[in-house]
Amino acid sequence: MNDAVTRVGVDIGGTFTDVVLESAGSMTTCKVLTNYAHPENAILEGIQEVCARANVDPGSINQVIHGTTLVTNALIERRGAKLAFVTTEGFRDVVEMRTENRFEQYDLNLMLPQPLVARQHRYTLNERVAADGSVLLALDDDEVSALVDTILREGYDAVAIGFMHAYANPEHEQRVEAALQAAAPDLFISISSVVSPQMRELPRFNTVIANAYVRPQIASYLGRLVDTLRGADILAPVFMVHSGGGLISLETASSEPVRLLESGPAGGAIYAADFALSHDLNQVLSFDMGGTTAKICLVESGKPKVATTFEVARTYRFKKGSGMTVSTPVVEMVEIGAGGGSLAHIDSIGQIRVGPQSAGSEPGPACYQRGGTKPAVTDANLLLGRLDPDNFAGGAIPLSVSDSSLAIDSHLAHELNMETPMAAFGVTEMVDENMANAARVHAVENGKDIEHFTMIAFGGGAPLHACRLCEKLGIRALIIPPGAGVGSAIGFLKAPFSYEASQGLFQRLNSLNVDFVNETLERLEGEAAGFVAKGIGNIETTTAVTAHMRYAGQGSEIAVVLPQSRVSNDGEAPLKALFESCYQELFGRVIEGLAIEVTNWSVTVASVLAEVEKTERYFDGQSAEGSASRPIYDAGKRDWVDAREIERKKLMPGIHLDGPAVVTEAETTTIVTSAFTVTGQGDGSLLLQRKEATTS
Amino acid sequence: MSDMSEIDFQIMWSRLISVVEEQATTLIRTAFSTSVREAGDLSAGLFDLRGRMMVQAVTGTPGHVNAMAESVGHFVEAIGPDNIEAGDVYLTNDPWKGTGHLHDITVVSPSFRNGRHIGFFAATAHVVDIGGRGFGPDANEVFEEGLQIPIMKFAHAGVVSRDLIRIVRANVREPDQVVGDLYSLAACNDAGDRRLQAMLDEFDVSDIEPLSDFIIDTSREATRKRIAELPEGEFKYTMSVDGYDVPIELVVNLIIGGGKLVADFSGTSGLSKFGINVPMVYTRAYACYGLKCAIAPDVPNNAGSLEAFSITAPANCILNAERPAPVSVRHVTGQLLPDVVLGALNRCVEDVAPAEGSSSLWNVQISARPIDPSSGLPTAEVLMFNSGGTGARPRCDGLSATAFPSGVSTMSVEATEHVGPIVVWRKDLREGSGGAGKQRGGLGQNIEFEARKGYRFSFDAMFERIEHPARGRNGGAEGAAGVVCLSDGTPLRGKGRQHVPEGARLVLRLPGGGGYGQPKERDPESVRADLQAGYILSEQAHADYNYQELNDLGDSQ
Repeated sequence: MNDAVTRVGVDIGGTFTDVVLESAGSMTTCKVLTNYAHPENAILEGIQEVCARANVDPGSINQVIHGTTLVTNALIERRGAKLAFVTTEGFRDVVEMRTENRFEQYDLNLMLPQPLVARQHRYTLNERVAADGSVLLALDDDEVSALVDTILREGYDAVAIGFMHAYANPEHEQRVEAALQAAAPDLFISISSVVSPQMRELPRFNTVIANAYVRPQIASYLGRLVDTLRGADILAPVFMVHSGGGLISLETASSEPVRLLESGPAGGAIYAADFALSHDLNQVLSFDMGGTTAKICLVESGKPKVATTFEVARTYRFKKGSGMTVSTPVVEMVEIGAGGGSLAHIDSIGQIRVGPQSAGSEPGPACYQRGGTKPAVTDANLLLGRLDPDNFAGGAIPLSVSDSSLAIDSHLAHELNMETPMAAFGVTEMVDENMANAARVHAVENGKDIEHFTMIAFGGGAPLHACRLCEKLGIRALIIPPGAGVGSAIGFLKAPFSYEASQGLFQRLNSLNVDFVNETLERLEGEAAGFVAKGIGNIETTTAVTAHMRYAGQGSEIAVVLPQSRVSNDGEAPLKALFESCYQELFGRVIEGLAIEVTNWSVTVASVLAEVEKTERYFDGQSAEGSASRPIYDAGKRDWVDAREIERKKLMPGIHLDGPAVVTEAETTTIVTSAFTVTGQGDGSLLLQRKEATTS
Repeated sequence: MSDMSEIDFQIMWSRLISVVEEQATTLIRTAFSTSVREAGDLSAGLFDLRGRMMVQAVTGTPGHVNAMAESVGHFVEAIGPDNIEAGDVYLTNDPWKGTGHLHDITVVSPSFRNGRHIGFFAATAHVVDIGGRGFGPDANEVFEEGLQIPIMKFAHAGVVSRDLIRIVRANVREPDQVVGDLYSLAACNDAGDRRLQAMLDEFDVSDIEPLSDFIIDTSREATRKRIAELPEGEFKYTMSVDGYDVPIELVVNLIIGGGKLVADFSGTSGLSKFGINVPMVYTRAYACYGLKCAIAPDVPNNAGSLEAFSITAPANCILNAERPAPVSVRHVTGQLLPDVVLGALNRCVEDVAPAEGSSSLWNVQISARPIDPSSGLPTAEVLMFNSGGTGARPRCDGLSATAFPSGVSTMSVEATEHVGPIVVWRKDLREGSGGAGKQRGGLGQNIEFEARKGYRFSFDAMFERIEHPARGRNGGAEGAAGVVCLSDGTPLRGKGRQHVPEGARLVLRLPGGGGYGQPKERDPESVRADLQAGYILSEQAHADYNYQELNDLGDSQ
């Protein structure tokens, strides 16, 4: 971006609203408490604060870029519109029957998540489109009018419409939408063939329902936000970050708020991707650990991995299947209940377990002395010397070692008949093991060897745990970038304008209708480009086409990115070769003799960003001065070691230190284990590398 | 590291659970079989040198739980301990030594470290076809049910047996997919072994026996402790179910005492002439699963936690079928066993066991054929998994259209309609089908199928609880019975292959779960909510729940 442009990134999280100001090539950041009733007020407060600090006139801001958990929260807390769902007769209960399985095999008292729309608010119409888009049963206009009357009478705020196979033929959905809109121009209506035109009724219906459910609330919030900023003379346009890691206009965000679900975490992934590019790293594991959860994402060739579906609002210990699957483009992330506030306990068979319950920020870990008595990960870190009791959060929160000891002893050490430090080590080792296992399984699911990745770690808790995680994962290099506490908000400023349009289109490769496919791609590209232009006008863009393909008979597709934006006339052979090479990479082999299918096409149009400037990298260098040290427990060695203690700002570019070491700064502490070294980088990052000839 | 601390053992145990999860993930992602990929019909685990199961991935099929746990012992015996070499891979689909029917192939790979044999990885998957009559209950002997592969080497010191591959290819309808699945099974064991070796490197240990002892002893002790807390005595329960042609009595006697729990199925009906018989391994698996859910749900599955449950049945009753009895759809009977053992347990401990449920999956295998064979239209096979309602629980309602005890998933109707020329006209909740009770049983579901124009179809019925609905517990009423018919009302059989003519629809109404406790004690607000949502019919509100609608018309919603 041009140095003359002044931009603000704003991330609303559960506890804090993070604000980053980029002006004249430098960044100013701040955190203010999130205001639940009026989130826009906290935003204004934060913007005014960073502007004051940087001595910038708020009126001179050119762009405000915003991401938020508000949409997710509205779904989790069920604070949405009074909503009706209209669907095909015979399929009223798709969203209630889900996949008909139980996500926890041994719990006789399992409760399943309730659908957003209760059964009495789900209406059906006699109509049916077949898999090929042909009409098996035509929609009846009289029945539609009767339904319109009912919906008006019941006083719904919003209506979601989802018919079977509407991605293949949207006409019935469009007719019902038109009839409703004509009768009630102010009604918020969402239809599945627009919001998520993909095969598979459950995720498509979930998506259109989630969209309609939050639309009135989000539209109102975004309107208030603009007004509030205007009132303070901030006239800059506001753009929203979508879950796929790009920017869209407010108008688009208001009509498709379901695209905003993962905007905050997507910002974190873009932040990591930006460092991956500036450090020339092709394979990166982004690791973001806060107070309650840890998030893991693969970033390859500078791009966070994206997926087409995602599970929101998990209700049972972050367990897969306990939430609601929606299909919307999203940065693919694994989230587990592991953070500094995660609580440890002993389970019924005497094993230490950590999370997903968390002490949160109130009462917080026992060492905060705010009434928490159960042992949290932070308590264990304190007892193992990894945190300085007098210098936590820049000294703002004094930590009590004795309260941590008491918590660990009374809840763990006594019962296990163990010394206090051993029990504390059990806590950190178990939480590290949980995170490492999640990362490893995620890599396997994507056909990757995690050993070859470099980790980029951010969020308050990550620098304490990242080095041990790398030991467990066999990762040799780790980067701790600067500004890690507000990573998502910084990431927002690095995001392109982008929009992904997709279309379910089921065809065998050997009978591919190339013209029809290309017409579809043309239309999708036009649609996506239109959304980008709404945001930023007509600027240079790139187009990426993805075909979702599988062997006939398989149940899930793999994403195959095409090298060009259209399919060539001899479509079959090159597509087959591309599919096979992706399949080989993911699964290690190809299968001869099976037909190949394409189920879905997606087209992403994105603005072209300026080339990321390469940072100066240092792998070794002059030894750091100073002799301060303190004892820390080294998990790999299973022993206490004397660690060099150094302020982060002293690790200038090219300054080097062998582990064990503790790097301190106001926001967090970086632990360098005995098996690693640390070297300051040109951009203020720390590079931790595994010592080559170590013995374990 | 020579001295393993308690923490090290705990961490390694955690790691092994992740290792077998990775093993299972590899299989799910590479398998061809629909039931593996979509429904999680697979199993993966690590065994020690003595063939004791140390850890097992949690997948969709309790039926594999201790079935596979027993299998490695059979492999060691058949191969001979002296014939085990690095790079070997063994397999079988023997229903009595694997997991209960020919469609399940179990693959075992020995693990070596520094040239020394230290344990085994094993994995089981349900393949798409195994020849014979196909997946249905109509055979009278196992010989009709498909290819039988006794325990043998799939690979010897890294070299795959080409002869075995040729025999498999010649005997199954989908040779590419089935042989592909054999390789997937071997590959997932390899994936597990790579992670195991990395862990042993990290902890600098050379074998897994001490860890195995720690896991198995801890789990055995935890499970025994739970059993010791149960009242001692004998508790009997009998459940009648449809069977194929004649009803079956399932009888269990739970004998609890001296820290032991025995579930003995003496008194159960004899063998069926058809493939709904259950080999002992599979009986043990589901009986154990039901008991474990109620008694020790939080203790991980391994040889130690399973050892505490002793399951017995007389030879050649339907729950201990011996070769050559047909066993192809043994799940139809086997999945009813948790209802039986939980029924007995309900006489021993209060407020733990749910009411009886739909329990057996209503799997439908559809074969669509063009009416005019010369039309050139392709044939198609479609498999769907569907579930009725579960029994009400002591403190909450049953789950509607949800699998229990199986943990499999259904498939998307839209995806299914792309696979074959059929239309699913309806797949929704079956109103009024949950058994009345203080806690209501889960609802079943309605499904209607029709062939697309130019096609007719046949289907393999393997449906239970049509004559014998799920009963309530402690005063709860029974759930609705299942129904199989044509759209014009013509009744069809619950078991066996049948045809549906062009233009007719096949109608399935899946059973509801039983209720729990007296219906009249149900909270009127819950009755009112059920009425509003249409979970119950208004006549049921009056007749079953004595609900007065007078105070219903306010809008306190």
